[in-house]
Amino acid sequence: MTAAPPVAAPSAATPAAPRAVFDWFFALAGLGVVAIYVRAIYFTPIEATQGAAQKIYYLHVPAALAAYIAVSLTALMSIVYLWLHDERADRLADASAEVGLVFLTVVLATGPLWGHKIWGAWWAWWDMRLTLTLFLWFVVAAYLVVRGAVEDAAMRARFSAVLGILGALLIPFIHLSVYLFQARLHPMPIVLKPGEPSLPGEMLTTFLLAFLAFAVLCLAFIGVRYRVGVLRDLAAEAIA
Amino acid sequence: MSGNPPGTLAAAWLIARKDLAIEFRSRTAFLSALVFAVLALCIFYFAWDESIIAPADRAPGVLWVVVAFSGLLGLQRSFSIEEHDRGIDALLVAPTSRESIYLGKAIGNFVFLCAVQAVTLPALVLFYNLSVGEPLLGVAAIMVLATIGIVAVGTLFSAMAVNTRMAELLLPMVSLPFFVPVLLNAAQATTRILGGRPAAEAWPWLRIIIAFDIVFVVACTMAFPYTLEE
Repeated sequence: MTAAPPVAAPSAATPAAPRAVFDWFFALAGLGVVAIYVRAIYFTPIEATQGAAQKIYYLHVPAALAAYIAVSLTALMSIVYLWLHDERADRLADASAEVGLVFLTVVLATGPLWGHKIWGAWWAWWDMRLTLTLFLWFVVAAYLVVRGAVEDAAMRARFSAVLGILGALLIPFIHLSVYLFQARLHPMPIVLKPGEPSLPGEMLTTFLLAFLAFAVLCLAFIGVRYRVGVLRDLAAEAIA
Repeated sequence: MSGNPPGTLAAAWLIARKDLAIEFRSRTAFLSALVFAVLALCIFYFAWDESIIAPADRAPGVLWVVVAFSGLLGLQRSFSIEEHDRGIDALLVAPTSRESIYLGKAIGNFVFLCAVQAVTLPALVLFYNLSVGEPLLGVAAIMVLATIGIVAVGTLFSAMAVNTRMAELLLPMVSLPFFVPVLLNAAQATTRILGGRPAAEAWPWLRIIIAFDIVFVVACTMAFPYTLEE
């Protein structure tokens, strides 16, 4: 029988309050994003067929990458929490879920903007990535609502870890279902979606730098949010 | 029933029987789920212009939306009945594994949902003028397969939701994304079957539902002990 996890082990005793919520890494990430936009807007050529609309790639695709990093971290930390019962894992899962939701929202907001210009439709259900991102958004939103709705810290950690793991199991099923759904309706998207290695050199460089900048930004956000989580727990403890 | 405590499956069956007996005596949840389902079928009928989309063409989609939402009504009840008078504590101190509590609750929910669907499907045939025949057996089989998956995740989330604030709101929000693979594939398979296509055409969709059932029955049974209080 699966033994119920013990009450929060003393392994993670009262954490030390972080010196500052925003650190140099966050500043670096912010600078990186500014630099990448200056480069993308002023120093990268305009794409011949899509025109200026293509510039949204430098926001849309790196944001998707950042969202997947954050959401994967949540799933991973959920497993770690159920395994080790370390509340740092729970806090990290919480932080990365919230950051993941922000990046997923950016992806969902920029995708239709581009789609409207290039596909002529705001939303294309047959685009696997967009549809999958939408459902991922729903799962992460549910995860965060559950976190907000449970008062007891140990129970909240267990519930959200369970949800994090089940969510990770769910994604392949949604992927398969949408794949089967669209394979019948349409051939593959005709449109050039990003990632084609045939991007001309300057665009590719901007693209790769944008990936890097967003990965750093994602980690910086998670770091900040983690420290906010520590402060929140300390405040809750001080009140209790 | 003296002597040794019952095994996991025997205990699960006892818990399911207990839940069904409670429901059978009051029938409140069953009747409300049933009336909701039939009402929703009727409301959906008027949501489309029947000269544009034939009722028979939208029947599969309507069926699965109604199954999902009426199912939620039954699932909601599953653990909320244990919250009154802390009945869950009695289950927890009973000499049985936590897995058997989950399985018992899931079996009870499965029977409940199947009973609601046993009325929903004939009502669909009636209101959407479907022809009575062999395809309906196929649809019933799809409903059983889909209900296993819905109940597997729904029972787990019902156990979690009762421990939260705003449980009634939380259960649909958490459950529905997990119902998506089941509903999408079930609706597509139903369209094929009702359209008189050979069963082999429905198979790719059914395969995903079966895989979902297996993965989530196992995963949710393993996860359930974590959703209970220590």
